[in-house]
Amino acid sequence: MSELSMPRCWNRESKPHRFCPGCGHGLVLKALGLAIDELGLEERVVFACDIGCSLLAWDFFTFPCLQTHHGRTIPVMVGLKRARPELVAVAYMGDGGGYAIGLQHLVSAALRDDPITAVLVNNTVYAMTGGQMAPTTLLGQKTETTPFGRDEAETGRPFKGPETLSAVAHPQAYLARGTVAQVLRLKNELKRGLERQLQGHFAFIEALSTCPTNWRTNAAATWAFLEQDMSSFYRPGEVAVMAGKED
Amino acid sequence: MRPWKIVAAGEGGQGIQALAETLALAAYRAGLQSLYIPNFGIEQRGGVSLAFVQISPAPIGSPKFLRADLVAALSPRALRRSGQYLGPETFLLYDNSLIDAPQISDEVVGLQSYDTIAPEAFAERSSYRDRRPAVEAPSRCLVAVAASDLARQRLHPRVFNMIILGAIVEITGAVTLEQVKEALEEKLDRRFKKDPRLREHNFAALELGAAAVKEKATAQA
Amino acid sequence: MAKAAELESRAFITGNEVVARAALAAGADCMFGYPITPQNEIMHHWRRLAPQQGRLFMQTEDELSAGFATIGAVIGGKACFSATAGPGTVLFQEPLSMAEMMRLPVVVVVQQRGGPSTATVIYSQQELNLVCFGGNGEGLRLVYSTGSHQELYDYTIKAFHMAWRYRFPTFVLGDGYQAKMREPLQLYDPAERGFGPIPKEPIFGSVRGEGEKPLLHLRNSFSVEEELSEVLGRHLEDYARAAPELVEHEFLGGAGGELLVVAHGIVGRAARQAVRELRAAGRRVNFFRPITLRPFPEEALRQALEMSGGAVLVAESAQGQLGKLVRLAAAEWGRPRYRTLYRPGVGITAEDIAAEIEEAILA
Repeated sequence: MSELSMPRCWNRESKPHRFCPGCGHGLVLKALGLAIDELGLEERVVFACDIGCSLLAWDFFTFPCLQTHHGRTIPVMVGLKRARPELVAVAYMGDGGGYAIGLQHLVSAALRDDPITAVLVNNTVYAMTGGQMAPTTLLGQKTETTPFGRDEAETGRPFKGPETLSAVAHPQAYLARGTVAQVLRLKNELKRGLERQLQGHFAFIEALSTCPTNWRTNAAATWAFLEQDMSSFYRPGEVAVMAGKED
Repeated sequence: MRPWKIVAAGEGGQGIQALAETLALAAYRAGLQSLYIPNFGIEQRGGVSLAFVQISPAPIGSPKFLRADLVAALSPRALRRSGQYLGPETFLLYDNSLIDAPQISDEVVGLQSYDTIAPEAFAERSSYRDRRPAVEAPSRCLVAVAASDLARQRLHPRVFNMIILGAIVEITGAVTLEQVKEALEEKLDRRFKKDPRLREHNFAALELGAAAVKEKATAQA
Repeated sequence: MAKAAELESRAFITGNEVVARAALAAGADCMFGYPITPQNEIMHHWRRLAPQQGRLFMQTEDELSAGFATIGAVIGGKACFSATAGPGTVLFQEPLSMAEMMRLPVVVVVQQRGGPSTATVIYSQQELNLVCFGGNGEGLRLVYSTGSHQELYDYTIKAFHMAWRYRFPTFVLGDGYQAKMREPLQLYDPAERGFGPIPKEPIFGSVRGEGEKPLLHLRNSFSVEEELSEVLGRHLEDYARAAPELVEHEFLGGAGGELLVVAHGIVGRAARQAVRELRAAGRRVNFFRPITLRPFPEEALRQALEMSGGAVLVAESAQGQLGKLVRLAAAEWGRPRYRTLYRPGVGITAEDIAAEIEEAILA
């Protein structure tokens, strides 16, 4: 990545970053950085990550960043935001943190309409720990804990986050699924998510991402899995909030 | 004055905790050391409700104790449950008009729990199997007051607990009826303002309870 | 802020209300809570009183969230606390271990209930191990064990100040009896007793040591052992240096004692009464009560042992959790003769302790 294309709010001292070659995290964080740059929020943002691969972003930006436990970025940011409403809180997490160990926090924050922006990176595996099944692992997908492919009868179906939250989130909340295959679109979705927080509402953006290390794929197969397998099951785009529509 | 360790035991809904708290509050207002603790468990109602009160001129030790100076046991079950606190010198105050455990109504429970003690204050499973030997009632210090009958016939069933409190005040002399009345004023301020008859009933009940004990003492003398 | 005159008064209230009033008086900014008996009324009172004074309350989805939200608010520079008990204290170990690693001045009030598991909602002293050494770490915590409503008030206020001054997570360890009982205490404005404002500041942007850069990036994970060792080594050093300034205890008695009774919290109160009565009757019995359980007043205990001929009676409503700390501290003194009155999850009265002392002295 050239110096020119680097978002202003990226901490240059921690670059090049520590993610694996081909990992999608760098692209999500680039989209996030650009969104923050464009909104001029550098001075107000606080970023929290947990101990999935997102941990590697603990010093990623020039604004305050902190690393907490798996699944707990949301409650930490909820607490910080309640204490310091003038700050802009970004809770960054993986699919294991958001959809498994910390799902109660995600659902509760959506229910309460906590004004934070939650960003979840969906790469269909627990990557940092060596490629186990995540709630987002596709049916038939091989992981260390589904060595013969994910079997619905044994493990249930993959989890669709934004669609699930649409049943409980506040009508003014923002829900979207972006993809690192379309970084500029993802940046716009993140921007809308930040703006929604500024308006006092909850925002959740899932970003479809890549993990060639654990998928054991080359560049072409990585991209194909993202754009075909993942994107056909997890449809990118904004997700309408259904909650409150019935009354 | 001598220190007093008091156990009040009754059915959930009889107003045991309100009685105990009022007594402790009166002692506190009288400038004494005073400690009140309810027995609380996970069963919400329908069990035996137990309260511990200690009043003393000196600092008070543990909130609970092994032997009481006075046990007020207000139902047969409550007597069995509180038997362990009886010693040869313990006063045992009981209601000789009570045959059945009183009905528990939500209204009464609501009244009892006017403070912040959670519903679980109504303690003690009825299935709790007490392995201690049967109660041997001390003969010297038995005090019977027909509190339930008095309350029903002369005032209102709800002020049953205040008749017992009046009796406790008369037996112990730890606080005065006036101090108890002031404590009630503090505790039930809003209710009294809303319904002045409630004050009358409560105060009359205290006097009734105290008078009943005094009568007994005079008769025995 | 409430006026000093309003704060300066006697009160006859439950221990849970005492904690809420103390936190308010101390100037705490917010509480994140989750219901569990017997601490609930701390939340109830805080919720009723705090918003009128511009303080914050939030009921979270579980204890993990309560702990981590407290951490978030503390990082934001607010004096913030939570309260819990039993299985809730178990869940709190996760956020607390983060607070320990990051040196976050989180304050947690624990009203102990029976254990293991959900056991009883009533009372115990079985959460000592958890508050002192819970979590996957070294117990870099400050733990005050209170034995009266006055102490609940005093030490809840103090907890905020010490947590922020020394930057260790701090516990006030009460129990179900203290939570639910009523007894008199003196409320006061901490400013009148020499407490300034809580020395709080946003953690981001703060400077830890001389010549160090302002904190911008906070983490708990390290790539190599040496990195962890360096950070943790500094924390351990800080803790060891602070310990003599932090330890507190109570001693009753004198030289030439025949027996030292050791108890903490509400059992300390029963023990004190038993010892007082026996001393009045001419028995040479001494009494020692650690007020800080972490760090433990080891040196003071050894002196008390010296004055008591090395005979110890440890009484607690747990199976030797305090006993272990006593043995550890006493090991440097020599080999005391131990008696124990362990009643896990069950109350201990002054009569119980007096009877045990009589037996110990006769034995």
